[in-house]
Amino acid sequence: MKSQIIGYHTTQFGELWEKSLFDLVEETIVGVLKNTNLEIGQVDALFFGNMLGGILENNLHAGAKIADIFGINTPIYRVEGACASGGLAINLVHEYVQSGKGKTVLVVGAEKMTDVQPEFITQGLMSAASGEEQESGITFPGLYALMARVYLDKFKYDRKNLAAVAVKNHAHGLLNPTAHFRKVITIEQALKSSTIAAPLGLLDCSPVSDGAASLIITSDPALIKKKGGVQILSSHVATDSISLLQRDSLIEIKATQIAAEKAFSEAQIKRSDISLAEVHDCFTIAELFAMEDIGFWKKGEAGKRALNYETLKDNNGPLIVNTSGGLKASGHPVGATGIKQVGELYLQLIGKAEKRQIKNIKYGLAHNVGGSGGTAVVTIVGI
Amino acid sequence: MKTGITSYGFYVPQYRIRVADIANVWGKNASEIERGLGVIEKAVSTAAEDSLTMAYESSSIAMSGHILPIGALFFGTESPVYAVNPSSTILGELLDIGNNYLAYDTQFACKAATGALISAIALVEGNQIQSALVVASDKATGRPHDALEYTAASGSVSIIVGEKKPILSIEAWESFSSDTPDFWRREGIKYPSHGGRFTGKPSYFKHIIGAVKAILSKTKSKPEDFSYAVFHMPNGKFPIQVAAQLGFSSEQIQRSLIVSELGNSYTASALMGLVATLEYVKPGEKILFASYGSGAGSDAFIFTATPELEKKRLLFSKKIQDKKYIDYPTYLKYMRII
Repeated sequence: MKSQIIGYHTTQFGELWEKSLFDLVEETIVGVLKNTNLEIGQVDALFFGNMLGGILENNLHAGAKIADIFGINTPIYRVEGACASGGLAINLVHEYVQSGKGKTVLVVGAEKMTDVQPEFITQGLMSAASGEEQESGITFPGLYALMARVYLDKFKYDRKNLAAVAVKNHAHGLLNPTAHFRKVITIEQALKSSTIAAPLGLLDCSPVSDGAASLIITSDPALIKKKGGVQILSSHVATDSISLLQRDSLIEIKATQIAAEKAFSEAQIKRSDISLAEVHDCFTIAELFAMEDIGFWKKGEAGKRALNYETLKDNNGPLIVNTSGGLKASGHPVGATGIKQVGELYLQLIGKAEKRQIKNIKYGLAHNVGGSGGTAVVTIVGI
Repeated sequence: MKTGITSYGFYVPQYRIRVADIANVWGKNASEIERGLGVIEKAVSTAAEDSLTMAYESSSIAMSGHILPIGALFFGTESPVYAVNPSSTILGELLDIGNNYLAYDTQFACKAATGALISAIALVEGNQIQSALVVASDKATGRPHDALEYTAASGSVSIIVGEKKPILSIEAWESFSSDTPDFWRREGIKYPSHGGRFTGKPSYFKHIIGAVKAILSKTKSKPEDFSYAVFHMPNGKFPIQVAAQLGFSSEQIQRSLIVSELGNSYTASALMGLVATLEYVKPGEKILFASYGSGAGSDAFIFTATPELEKKRLLFSKKIQDKKYIDYPTYLKYMRII
């Protein structure tokens, strides 16, 4: 059974002081229904990707809140997988539609992060780490910095190899009207930015953002015929130990490797068939890992190839990465990120990505990670 | 309006602590902090000083040569010496202004005194009183290791409002207020809390821009009509950014930017920028002034200097050069943190 994306909407990402979590949810659901010319009553189920509503705002039982906003009695499921909540929700929607349980499903991801002080958001995000990591006082920048340190030392790279990722993604973010940061940065600025957790500087880190995004996925042949769209060829989830301490290696994300292998196997395409990947660059080091662990590049190559800007849109290479600006420039409202990644692929594949549009694209891949790699979701779409 | 500011006084304590010395205690990169905040050092009052003693210092200067009865004394601060018991009456007693005056303390974060200034203008303008003393004084402090610790400073400014021989005529005022909880301190809690980046765009910028646009529209003025502009200075960056967003040049605000050397003396901060600017203002020149108070609101004023300013001008830049540096433990002692 086909699982086809027929519509996408995203709110602005950024510091949206005037909007609450459910203002954002409502805005994007209304937006995606408008974009697809559908009524909420035509949706058989909703899936909601969100991580922090319960922790930061005491805001759970989201299904009933969404039902309240729209006056519906549809099944609504909240999905949580830390920063992979959005990707995980898409995976579940894909499975739900494939199983024939429902034909047309709306998946929405949202996060409201800027209403609390930095220490609380940092503490909230650390709920996605192990108890030992929490007790040690380390934070996600610290965990990724540990991995970055090992990677840079092993392959004889320096901070420039990381910073190049941020420079590229900011260049892409400039072209995305809904990105949190629409500003070009230079490698010198990235290297001079304040140290967050050595070797990661401020400009190696994705921001704390508000935002929401949604997709409509259907197996209804009549709707597919009418709306066209983009097919989900495969979507796979893999997990790994939550703690870095239990990992075999600090320079790879095993969950990404497993999910990617399964996704390519099911989609029956090669890595080289992918023209655009939206990968999880929560920190610059994470994009280097993604490129290697998905299997686009060999282990240890990513630092060098990042500095060559091979995946920058303007370089017209065979594989472009993060035209949305990635988490770094587009922003990282965690529950919305995985939805936005697939939404960006959708826009590119239907030729509606405007200034970000890349040519001759047939297949795209989205890669969404939870925590320091405890969860990874890889979704492949095509036309 | 016939009403104006007839005299002023200021007090900046002698002691300074360098931002770098605070940053080093906490293992922070000092140059990053200095660059990020636009502040190099800040003024620190001693353990023997508080908002009231500093208010007395600045008010004594403002009252020098003042003859008309003070019909109102308003004291704006967010570091009052008593939670209950007015500072305004103690100051009135110290200044020996008799008993026939209206006294109250005002509280509205960093704009407590400029709100009181509007009340004073109305009382004088309405011929209810002949003159009023408005005081802005703070011994501001932040929790050790909080971002506020780098900027929260001490200082006091006093101004007298009246109609006789004003040095600055008050052309107009405008306020912009909303429920915006960006910075607060609850009863019984020693240090204030703040909303981090929320203190910027939806707070400081929104309110100052709202007040300034309203006063420009009300008076049919443009930024280029003013020789000087003064904006509240929580740090060295915000006033520069808000000036640029409103269309004021860096030359127009340059004289007011004393925050880099003195820090943010909260209620006194914007008024300290005004008195620093007055050292250079010539008769006939116009000044746009906007305070900001968290919680939140901004009061904007348009002043025009008169020839009387020449007679009462204070040499701010020279006075603040009289300074001594202290180290971090001494700072903690002076701020009564230890």
